[in-house]
Amino acid sequence: MPSLRYLKIWVGGGIVVLLLICGLGAPFLAPFNPQEQRLEDRLRPPSWSAQERGPYLLGTDNLGRDIMSRIIYGSRISLLIGASTVILAGVVGCFLGAISGYFGNLTDEIITKTTEIFLAFPFLLMAIALMAFLGQGLVNLILALMITRWVQYCRVVRGEVLSLKERDFVTAARALGGRDFYVLLRHVVPNTVPSVTVIATFAMAIVIIAEASLSFLGLGVPAHIPTWGSMLSEGRSYMYRAPWLTIFPGLAIFITVFGINLLGDGLRDILDPKLRGQR
Amino acid sequence: MLRRRFFGAIPVIIGISFLVFLLMHIAPGDPISLLLGDDATQAEIERTRREWGLDKPILVQYGEFLSRAIRGDFGKSMKFGEPVTKLVFERLPATIELALASLFVAVLISIPIGVYSAIKHDSLLDHAGMALALVGVSLPNFWLGIMLIYFLGGQLNLLPVAGRIEYGIQVETITRLYLVDSLITGNFPAFWSAIKHLFMPAVTLGTSLAAIVTRITRSSVLEVMRQDYITTARAKGLSERVVIWRHTLRNAMITIITILGLQLGALLNGSVITETVFSYPGIGDLLIQAISLRDYKLAQGLIFFFAMMYFVVNLLVDLLYMVVDPRIKI
Repeated sequence: MPSLRYLKIWVGGGIVVLLLICGLGAPFLAPFNPQEQRLEDRLRPPSWSAQERGPYLLGTDNLGRDIMSRIIYGSRISLLIGASTVILAGVVGCFLGAISGYFGNLTDEIITKTTEIFLAFPFLLMAIALMAFLGQGLVNLILALMITRWVQYCRVVRGEVLSLKERDFVTAARALGGRDFYVLLRHVVPNTVPSVTVIATFAMAIVIIAEASLSFLGLGVPAHIPTWGSMLSEGRSYMYRAPWLTIFPGLAIFITVFGINLLGDGLRDILDPKLRGQR
Repeated sequence: MLRRRFFGAIPVIIGISFLVFLLMHIAPGDPISLLLGDDATQAEIERTRREWGLDKPILVQYGEFLSRAIRGDFGKSMKFGEPVTKLVFERLPATIELALASLFVAVLISIPIGVYSAIKHDSLLDHAGMALALVGVSLPNFWLGIMLIYFLGGQLNLLPVAGRIEYGIQVETITRLYLVDSLITGNFPAFWSAIKHLFMPAVTLGTSLAAIVTRITRSSVLEVMRQDYITTARAKGLSERVVIWRHTLRNAMITIITILGLQLGALLNGSVITETVFSYPGIGDLLIQAISLRDYKLAQGLIFFFAMMYFVVNLLVDLLYMVVDPRIKI
């Protein structure tokens, strides 16, 4: 059903583009300063609700900060952490997976055993442990998530390279005198790009949820930086009195992750039909 | 083969233990100073360091940690003053009960939707089922938990929002799984209370798993339905129900069990968050407490325990293959 496939890419891609616009254009799009506290306006409901006609579209928090502006600024953190983790983990994982699959022998043995050790940890748990010991911080968070996410790339790329290296075009490249690293980088690795793109898309969704989960637990970025997870965590204490504090940041996470997953699904159908139906 | 699999696991277990041990030593700052606070004198810090064995060379500490861990001794919690193993086993049944209930919720939702989507392949219902699965996999479980608390616990006042059982209800402990114990002893008020307390955490934790298993069930069933033996079964005149539930699903179960097994790790991941949201007294909640109290010994023991549990479950899933499909030898 090709039309549905493209619909997924259009809708998913549209949501991702919207996220990008929010993240990059936050200073222009946010109606208020996300840090500015207006105590006289604390816990104001959304402006469209029955009992409110104020200027705050999604209401304010317990310190009078505008929820809408904080959500817009929060998208920056999700984007930054999602993109940097996916890129860093992708580079490390693809490199190790490629040399593991291509060179085999002891290199493969060491890398495979290392991936098995990392796979023995449920990934979020490992990220929680790393953040607990490393401490809060943007760099620490990216590092912790990267350390836990490179394995998936490594496993998939290794598998692909194992099959690709037996193909005729690789034998031909070697026969023409191509050095190992040249053949690997020029001929083998580019053929893994479709699978890597699909994994990267889903990984981005997973990382965004993981970042929100860690921020929710108080193990993410420092408290003064607005993130969707920390907004949810703060809003929990006022859940019954001011439900908008938990509803809107959660919706922002959900819509973003849904969009990315939809895009990933569409990309998978087009780029890698073998993986269809799997996650 | 099984023996090879078992011995092949040894370097992995040593690697896991080393990684867990390293965690405590990559922490910026001194854990003892962090534990004792700013008011502690240098003498107190040195004494505590000696007491906890943290004054020894790092490799000696690792050797001691490993030799104790093999005997199931993860040391004493710095804050609770009790053996880590004791604290873990007190809380473990709650986590196991939650994981099993979530698994039940996931299977209950995913198998019928997955099978139905496969039977009605490419229909509107199939697309609706898959869209639902995509929604499920995109829902952050802590947000789903909070929303359930708000609507079912707060607005409708239908279910309790925290804990494992109503205050004042006693359960005679046999297995420490409240549902099982209350059923065995015929304590139905306790059983009902435990179910009510378990409902929201299990739905929260089971939803994302259900979403993943729905997709896998659909694709596995679709693949099996294209096999020749299914055509043969239909040609024999078997009813569609027998063809689907006995011939198709049984053969699709290998993939489904694999995914369920692999996703048990996700349940452990999720249990940390879900137990925190619902103040559910399991080991996930204990880990977050250990981290916030800076009880590194307890956190270290719990992380090692989680990793081992995940590892053992994966090994058990491999063994389960042999039961489901006798052609498989591992």
